[in-house]
Amino acid sequence: MLRSSQPLPGPNRRRCREDEALLGAILDEGERGFIIDTRSAQAAKQARMTGGGTESKSSYPQWRRLHRPLERGRPLQESFVRLVDACSDPSLSMDRWLGRLESSRWLSHVKAALSTACLAAQCMDREQCSVLVHGAEGTDTTLLVTALAQLILDPSCRTLLGFQGLLQREWIEAGHPFHVRCTHSAYSHARLKQEAPLFLLFLDCVWQLSRQFPFSLQFGERLLLTLFDNAYASAYGTFLCNNEKERSLCKVKENTHSLWAWLSQPEEQQKFLNPLYSHNALVIWPSVEPQSIQLWQGLFLRWIRPSKHLDEAWAEIQQLVEKN
Amino acid sequence: MEHIRMPKVENVRLLDRLSSRKAVLGTLYLTATHVIFVENGSETRKETWVLHSQISSIEKQATTATGCPLLIRCKNFQVIQLVIPQERDCHDVYISLIRLARPVKYEELYCFSFNPKLDKEEREQGWKLVDLTEEYNRMGVPNNYWQICDVNRDYGVCDSYPTEVYVPKSATAHIIVGSSKFRSRRRFPALSYYCKDNNASICRSSQPLSGFSARCLEDEQMLQAIRKANPGSDFIYVVDTRPKLNAMANRAAGKGYENEDNYSNIKFQFIGIENIHVMRNSLQKMLEVCELKSPSMSDFLWGLENSGWLKHIKAIMDAGIFIAKAVAEEGVSVLVHCSDGWDRTAQVCSVASLLLDPYYRTMKGFMVLIEKDWVSFGHKFNHRYGNLDGDPKEISPVIDQFIECVWQLMEQFPCAFEFNERFLIHIQHHIYSCQFGNFLCNSQKERRELKIQERTYSLWAQLWKNRADYLNPLYRSDRSQTQGTLHPQIAPCNFLYKFWSGMYNRFEKGLHPRQSVTDYLMAVKEETQQLEEELEVLGERLANLQKSQLGDNKVKSKQQDRSKQLGLSTSNNSLANTPQEYSNDLKSFPSRSPSQGDEEDSALILTQDNLKSSDPDLSANSDQESGVEDLSCRSPSGGGCLPSEDSGKDSDEAVFLAG
Repeated sequence: MLRSSQPLPGPNRRRCREDEALLGAILDEGERGFIIDTRSAQAAKQARMTGGGTESKSSYPQWRRLHRPLERGRPLQESFVRLVDACSDPSLSMDRWLGRLESSRWLSHVKAALSTACLAAQCMDREQCSVLVHGAEGTDTTLLVTALAQLILDPSCRTLLGFQGLLQREWIEAGHPFHVRCTHSAYSHARLKQEAPLFLLFLDCVWQLSRQFPFSLQFGERLLLTLFDNAYASAYGTFLCNNEKERSLCKVKENTHSLWAWLSQPEEQQKFLNPLYSHNALVIWPSVEPQSIQLWQGLFLRWIRPSKHLDEAWAEIQQLVEKN
Repeated sequence: MEHIRMPKVENVRLLDRLSSRKAVLGTLYLTATHVIFVENGSETRKETWVLHSQISSIEKQATTATGCPLLIRCKNFQVIQLVIPQERDCHDVYISLIRLARPVKYEELYCFSFNPKLDKEEREQGWKLVDLTEEYNRMGVPNNYWQICDVNRDYGVCDSYPTEVYVPKSATAHIIVGSSKFRSRRRFPALSYYCKDNNASICRSSQPLSGFSARCLEDEQMLQAIRKANPGSDFIYVVDTRPKLNAMANRAAGKGYENEDNYSNIKFQFIGIENIHVMRNSLQKMLEVCELKSPSMSDFLWGLENSGWLKHIKAIMDAGIFIAKAVAEEGVSVLVHCSDGWDRTAQVCSVASLLLDPYYRTMKGFMVLIEKDWVSFGHKFNHRYGNLDGDPKEISPVIDQFIECVWQLMEQFPCAFEFNERFLIHIQHHIYSCQFGNFLCNSQKERRELKIQERTYSLWAQLWKNRADYLNPLYRSDRSQTQGTLHPQIAPCNFLYKFWSGMYNRFEKGLHPRQSVTDYLMAVKEETQQLEEELEVLGERLANLQKSQLGDNKVKSKQQDRSKQLGLSTSNNSLANTPQEYSNDLKSFPSRSPSQGDEEDSALILTQDNLKSSDPDLSANSDQESGVEDLSCRSPSGGGCLPSEDSGKDSDEAVFLAG
């Protein structure tokens, strides 16, 4: 699986031999590959006008392009804000709740993200084809898809350390601009141009996986909530800046502590482990039917709904397993 | 058998709900009690059994090139799509099923032929498992304030009530009879739940026949008596569970509700729960959403909201919460009624009791609760769930809603219930299955006339026998949420109500988490217990050995054996699942060998044992988490077993719905 940003044929349909050679080198003679473009066909076409575009069939004959539009940017932030509003609206009656939930479209985005990741995984696992994923910039929905696909395919990404490695690789080092994406979250009135909860969407998808496969992830909801918190505001330098270059310029490694280091301390690590975990060497294929995708109550209702009873239940589960 | 035109049809295809490519070829059989589809060829010969009682509707669809499709919808939400090659055969099957699914006599029902091979005494014992007199005693009645009343001993006062009801001490026979004449269907106020801590009670009745201005001294005295039976409060609540408009409309028909001016010391309260027709339509709409082919999130959520289903569930829950609060926190007695006092009243009283008393959250207690508030108080099972062919307007998912309220509570309070989701699903299944006699007819009187207890078996005994399958591993009686009253969050709480896919998409395995946490934890618990016991035994041995100073070789070898026993490992091939159809775009590419995909398909199809074996087994389905299905424990003649809807079967692949 590969990721990149969009090619730049532009309005004149330029070609680039090196790019074509690079993609050609990945596939053997006669082999086919898939390109998953996270923009709609329309949007991708329009991108040509501003210098971007897509891989044309004639230039990249071995690659088949699939479009799976995933929401990003301002609309995604709006979706997030609307969802949080719906959850915390005390006057909302039951007969309008689901409509409000739906009109935020958040769950639709979760479904779309999971579906696309599953598609990428399916191409690799079932079709045995290579996959190239890109959107426009290659820093948002692209990473969402590649990271999720790896969780689905690769059991080593589902361990605590493996997951941290996945985050480090596919989000942090790959250059997801955390600094501009995770600034004010949902309550702020300032609608910043660059703000968008892609990382939260990713965490939500991971939570859906953990719900559908309760034994297959070595970590639990608590880790996901902690990551969410730290992406926005953190005592650690892990999520600072927008890319490796900036981190190097700011000397992040020299001046801050790493979140992973803190997490790897045994007392801390214990809290984040899933007591039900048992290594599952197989691919996990989630159901993306609407009934299977649920609202992540632990995050969106975190401060609204008392978690006492559920915490008790988890403590009980922990106890049962430990006793054994 | 005379209704069966065609007992056997060959070359029938059973379709996967959404993917018509995944069809299984087999033979269809019609028996007096079941429709059975047996898969051709494969070694396992998977069978799908459907009881006629479960059939809700049959739809014959337009003939296509492949054959004549027949869609069977069941009351337990299973949907079976068959394709029968010959149109004439299809028509015969259709006509037969229509008749078979609409019995006219009770004797046609399965419970009269079901034979679990128990002797007469065991059958009797089964019926005695739940004893209401014992239950009332447990509550603390009869006592200084409450007495047993046998004025209805020959059903002379109210034929839908049981022979024994509990009434306030100060309610004489005269008052009771008088009050019954002033109540719809003569269902006078009677005790449902008594709280011995503060003497507050929940009583139930039907609506008064007050019209616009009628009064009845005895009825007013009856309510006074209820109030007096609780010295801790100087008033009672009267809760009418209908929407105000409906109740007012009833006045024009000479019925209505209690006027606070006429009844001294009552506080009247409407809690609007819609009627059976609205609920029937609501369920219908929700099931239509479930049948959508590859719905978007939007389709699903809008569809669910339009059905109004969760709103109704919440309304019932809110009513129960109100009553529980009145009793537990205010110490005030409550009289609950709706129109006839056998639908919404039953729902609301049982939800309130469940919230108030932890006993009803145990397995036995729950059975007792249903027996008390639903069975004994004359909930019209026959009319509501269509045991026999009847008026379709009487059909309504009343008890289904109650069962769902319990599930919603279980989701909010995971440690509070001794039983698990499977218990609820099996109970719902059997309310419609008519395999046992508990939920037949419309009243205790009818059941006694039919001699149900002598001629059929009790579901409670069956469930109790298999209670290990129904336990909630997180239940511990010393947990905070297990004791005392449950306090569900009141507002905001809309988000707490979830769509119960375990019930309404029960047979769509692809939808559910493949690994059952409940089963795993139960196995863990069991193993721990076994290990502890073994440890004890070993400890004793060691002590003995040490005394006699022998070598410890024997001890070591024992320890090695146990690790194989329970096979708790979840990480084996039983976890493999197939991807959904995430995209149509992949079809044109060469894919892997198709045979791999086919083996992996498992079931919408329910598994039961081979027809040939003849000893029925009462054991309800036992799930396994180690992935090995033990077919031998299933009942072959469709006896006591239930379809294995959540088995992580050895062929292990979930059938996903087309994406």
